[in-house]
Amino acid sequence: MPACGNSTSGAVMADTVLRLSGVTAGYGPTHILRDVDLSLEKGERLAVIGRNGAGKTTLLSTIMGIARLHSGEIRLDGDRIDVLSSYRRNAAGLGLVPQTRDIFKSLSVEENILCALRGDATLEEAYALFPRLKERRSNGGAQLSGGEQQMLAIARTLATRPRVVLLDEPLEGLAPVICEMLMRTFEDLARDGRHTIVLVEQHAEAALAFADRAVLMSNGRIVHDGPAADLRENQDLLHRHVGLDLNS
Amino acid sequence: MRDHLVPIVMGLVAVGLFFAFPYDLAFLTRVLVTIVLVLSVDLVLGYAGIPTLGQAAMFGTGAYAAGLFAIHVWGDPLAGLVVGAVAGAAIALVSGLVLMRTRGLTVIMLTIAVAAILHEIANRARDLTGGADGLRGIRMQPVLGLWEFDFIGRTGYWYALVVVIVVYVGLSILTRSSFGLGLRGIHDSPERMRAIGAPVYWRLVTAYTIGGGIAGIAGALNAQITQLVSLEGFAFSLSAEALIMLILGGTGRLVGAVIGVALFMTVHHFAAANDPFNWLFVIGAMVLVVVFFLPQGIISLPGILLRHLRGGRDADRA
Repeated sequence: MPACGNSTSGAVMADTVLRLSGVTAGYGPTHILRDVDLSLEKGERLAVIGRNGAGKTTLLSTIMGIARLHSGEIRLDGDRIDVLSSYRRNAAGLGLVPQTRDIFKSLSVEENILCALRGDATLEEAYALFPRLKERRSNGGAQLSGGEQQMLAIARTLATRPRVVLLDEPLEGLAPVICEMLMRTFEDLARDGRHTIVLVEQHAEAALAFADRAVLMSNGRIVHDGPAADLRENQDLLHRHVGLDLNS
Repeated sequence: MRDHLVPIVMGLVAVGLFFAFPYDLAFLTRVLVTIVLVLSVDLVLGYAGIPTLGQAAMFGTGAYAAGLFAIHVWGDPLAGLVVGAVAGAAIALVSGLVLMRTRGLTVIMLTIAVAAILHEIANRARDLTGGADGLRGIRMQPVLGLWEFDFIGRTGYWYALVVVIVVYVGLSILTRSSFGLGLRGIHDSPERMRAIGAPVYWRLVTAYTIGGGIAGIAGALNAQITQLVSLEGFAFSLSAEALIMLILGGTGRLVGAVIGVALFMTVHHFAAANDPFNWLFVIGAMVLVVVFFLPQGIISLPGILLRHLRGGRDADRA
């Protein structure tokens, strides 16, 4: 990968795609993430869960270069990316679907995707993923329902050809039928072998069902990191840090 | 109206005006030159969202560059336009590299400052620019070697019209390109554009430079047609009026710039002729009405009327 800082060290595993080491980050002088270590293998599905304010969104923002990194380092395919601005991180292979969706309201659905297209990505690909967007292609960004906005936000990010897709609470505020459809889309993306997915989600049950591995965040720290199935069984931990009882 | 029809309609209206008002060609030509300037403001402010009150900096630079080029090098009008465009773009690039690192009010203040500095430089460089007396002695060769600039202003009028249409079509293509869509995305959310891989700073510098080049063309056109360049080309009032015209017409749509200039300058022309002392009241009232009732500009009026008509019909059916 060109222009991404220092080269990889021998200690990095061959299939580790993203690695955070001792990351402390936040907004301005405020520290929200504290000493976070995290690594992702290629093709892995990682769920990040925790209460509001636990630092989940800040984690994704830090990876993407939106939040300020105070200390530590972030590597993509072994190369340091924490020195890069967010547009270069996107070019390097990271794609963020933000919680706020941030649809460009002055652009139509089609224009929203067009302005993000990179490499061999096409409009038709986006429409194949979400046929609803094709029906609404001429509509303005402000004329979409919440579910359609989320589809567009996802399609727009995928149009930049990311290898690591960071999904920030994509199910928030959506009807159950849309949530199910989006989860199926994430399954398809994860299965195609080209994407590594990080899913930050308040719907812990859906996130844990989707993921191979899960991290639990509390007060800006990772308090548990392990197989998603194990965390699902650990009711005490879930109850303590998320206030959730999956068996109830 | 679809954007690709605008140049055709503009051309037809211009032909009609040429025959309807043969003794007002100087005024109509001024309208055309101002349309080019306001189109540049629309690209910078309306599309890219860069707040500017200093587009006169590039207009004045283009005017002086084209004037000096005609006096000392070559009087060919098209070559002069290119020189004006390059000069305007160069000033915009150099200032834009600093300006685009700032935001909001700071950008506005710095754009005003750049125009003020250039105004003072032109004033001090009296030997080169003529200072407060203006740059005189500009003699233009015939356009394409065929059409002499005449006293009545016919050649100047057609020449300006062709330049307006070429600039409009060029901007229309640019604003529909992925670069143009990206500018509108940056206007909506620079952070999001950055996160989907757009180098926001460089895109803004590029837009500001292109806008500067177009303002430079407007300045060069003005210099060639009037055969005079004055310090007024750098005036704050020119930048401010260009912004008001754009807001009147509607920002973020090229046709908004055309409508805004036509409306503002026509009202100005007739109000000033009828009441030379109080015409500003008329302009002020017009701006107030549009800003209060049509915050998206005159361009939004047909859509609003259509919605009211449809609403009325729906109510009748109910």
